[in-house]
Amino acid sequence: MSDPRPNVVRVSDESLVHARGLVKRFGDFAAVDGIDVDVRRGEAFGFLGPNGAGKSSTMRMVGCVSPPSAGVLRILGMDPARSGSRIRARLGVCPQVDNLDPELTVRENLTAYARFFGISRRVARQRAAELLDFVQLSDRASSRVEPLSGGMKRRLTIARSLVNEPEMVLLDEPTTGLDPQARHLVWERLFRLKQQGVTLVLTTHYMDEAEQLCDRLVVMDGGRIVAQGTPRELIERYSTREVVELRFPVPDQGAYGEKLAGVGERLEVLPDRILLYVADGDEAVAEVHRRSLGPSSALVRRSSLEDVFLHLTGRTLVD
Amino acid sequence: MVTLALPRLLLARDSARRAGSMVERNVAALRSAYWIVMVGGFLEPLLYLFSIGVGVGALIGDIRIPDGRVVGYAEFVAPAMLAASAMSGALSETTFNFFGKMKFMRLYDAVLATPVRPMEVAAGELIWAMARGTVYAAAFLVVMTLMDLTSWPRALAAFPATVFVGFAFGALGMALSTFMRGWQEFDLIAAVQFALFLFSGTFVPAQDYWPPLRMLVEITPLYRAVDLIRGICLTSFGAVQVVDLIYLCALFAGGLALAGRRMARLLLK
Amino acid sequence: MAPWSVFEFHMVGYRRTWRGSALSSFVLPLLTVLGFGVAVGAHVAGGVQGVPYLDWIVPGLVASTAMQTAIGVSTWPVLSRFEWMKTYSALAASPLRLADIVAGDFLYLLFRVLVSAGAFLIVAAAFGAVHSWWTPAALAVCALVGFAVGGPTTAYSAAVRSDSYLAILLRFAVLPMSLFSGVFFEVGALPAVLRWVAYALPLWHGVELSRAAMLGIAPHWPAAAHLAVLVSWVTAGIALTIRQFHRRLVY
Repeated sequence: MSDPRPNVVRVSDESLVHARGLVKRFGDFAAVDGIDVDVRRGEAFGFLGPNGAGKSSTMRMVGCVSPPSAGVLRILGMDPARSGSRIRARLGVCPQVDNLDPELTVRENLTAYARFFGISRRVARQRAAELLDFVQLSDRASSRVEPLSGGMKRRLTIARSLVNEPEMVLLDEPTTGLDPQARHLVWERLFRLKQQGVTLVLTTHYMDEAEQLCDRLVVMDGGRIVAQGTPRELIERYSTREVVELRFPVPDQGAYGEKLAGVGERLEVLPDRILLYVADGDEAVAEVHRRSLGPSSALVRRSSLEDVFLHLTGRTLVD
Repeated sequence: MVTLALPRLLLARDSARRAGSMVERNVAALRSAYWIVMVGGFLEPLLYLFSIGVGVGALIGDIRIPDGRVVGYAEFVAPAMLAASAMSGALSETTFNFFGKMKFMRLYDAVLATPVRPMEVAAGELIWAMARGTVYAAAFLVVMTLMDLTSWPRALAAFPATVFVGFAFGALGMALSTFMRGWQEFDLIAAVQFALFLFSGTFVPAQDYWPPLRMLVEITPLYRAVDLIRGICLTSFGAVQVVDLIYLCALFAGGLALAGRRMARLLLK
Repeated sequence: MAPWSVFEFHMVGYRRTWRGSALSSFVLPLLTVLGFGVAVGAHVAGGVQGVPYLDWIVPGLVASTAMQTAIGVSTWPVLSRFEWMKTYSALAASPLRLADIVAGDFLYLLFRVLVSAGAFLIVAAAFGAVHSWWTPAALAVCALVGFAVGGPTTAYSAAVRSDSYLAILLRFAVLPMSLFSGVFFEVGALPAVLRWVAYALPLWHGVELSRAAMLGIAPHWPAAAHLAVLVSWVTAGIALTIRQFHRRLVY
């Protein structure tokens, strides 16, 4: 855990989120099945996992809009069951599905929301202007929400979550469904927030997003935490330095599984390709050619969190 | 911990402030088309008054009311139109509109992520729903008085009573819409509402009804509201009207409490 | 036939929601007969136009029911198919021609109007409020009223983008028309200006013809004149609807 984090300015030991044995049940189904989490002030913390892993349920409990079924949960040192309203006053929430107010303009979405926090009209107007500038929507301030693009709506939702100058912002899949350009713009804004010392808690099923933004993360699957650490730690622990992606010109890639035995430390057969986990990619490709297996393509890349997830659960993240 | 020690009054003030911010959101959402709808809402009871009270009234002439007096039909019908319009105004705002905001706009999901609590959302929405009804009630009472269907002092007393009727039905409507699953069920609410409108001693004295029907009618909320408003506008305020008031109070308190609880159940899963 | 496929398409939805529409287009008029016709009728000494008040308002309510049903079919559902569900765009992308879509819609309108008016007539007969062998002609009158009201309303719903405008239509046009078109009292009692408004709108003509058919009393105008007004509303409605659908779907 001595990993240096050059980008993080102030990470204290104070736990903003403290969960022990946290459970969320819907009837017989346990969406979150006993997780332990600590999020420290100033860090960017991620929940990585596929759809249905329990990320959103966790986020709703942390946002104090969903009472836990069992376990201990403290947010900002307080009990959500008793102090929900006071905790929410200090949080920013960006839900998975934009729930902007379709009857209001872009600016009004921020000012009206600010009023829910008891922020004065004058301050609300001022903050709305700053935030619109921050998310680059100033020129759409008087527009209704409906005609905005997906990326714009997302940015507006993020701006709205910042209207109370929160200590901690919860972002549930902040870039799902956005085009690459829009995603990069959102990442860049979130990175700036992080630099300003705002604690970020986010969920994602994109490993590139987790690697870009998170100082520390947990990998969730089926309501449980299956691994945790920094992105680099996780890759080191559960994967190799490099990965070779091989595609063979036959419908069944599996037939090549045995022929590749011993090439790397480990291999995964997927429906459309085979992944070889190796220390030296180029060396492995040379070995494949020596065995004259003739793949239609061979790609060497660095190991990512996707590989960590595949290793831990035997499944890919994005289905 | 400090806040817990503060006087309850201060907490109540915070709550009121947060309910008020819900009202502010609705004010911000006002658009031009809304004002025309608003004028329409005022027009509705007036149209009924002229059609039934005046038009059909000319065919009926005078009518004998329970206290033995004989009055013009319009005088008899007008207070009932006022009560019924308070009901329908409150219900349309708190069923149809409230449901749309909750289920389709997902407005309250966003609001409940802030310090605002479900009960405060319910209270804020109810106050807003009644703001319109209050204007309608005042305008209709002015028209009634100008047409000599009631007197100024009676109209003044009927004003808060009408607003209160609106609050009671508004709370009921909100509670009902938390049980709705889709738009189809609103047809049912509209049908029940129309049945109440027809059978609440609105067009003829309840004494006219077949006795078992009359007993059923007397426990329905609109009958109590009509009885209250007619008592104030036309006849007298007696023990029965006190019963009306208690009934409507219970409807208001029960409805609001149920709405707040149900919203918490639905939205804070 | 292409219009029938559109009609069938509407019927799929109707099979799912008919209970709700039965409520508003059949149970409510019936309650009106009981709660208003019977109760208020008891206070109207001498009746109207020589018949008891209850008998007098039933034909008016039949025509009014036809109008209400037509309004129900041609407002929110039409707006929703353009704005929210985009159903019309999907239909327009098929080999259907515009005229087929409009014809299918109007077939469905006709079906709905006939069902609710027919059911009402059967109940009215059970109440003993039917006094003429010409009563089935009232159904034809209802169909005309349905088209006269539903046609222009379909065009209107296809023209507006927000349902606030539908609420405006109901409050400022439909409600006044249903209250002042001779259903509850004769239009002769109206001030001259309002009387002319009633003459210009379709419902009064339908009420007069329906009353003539069910009670055998002569309408205020020659029957041909009443028919002429209704037919011009129908014609205008069809023309406006085709024009508006064309604007929305072909561009």
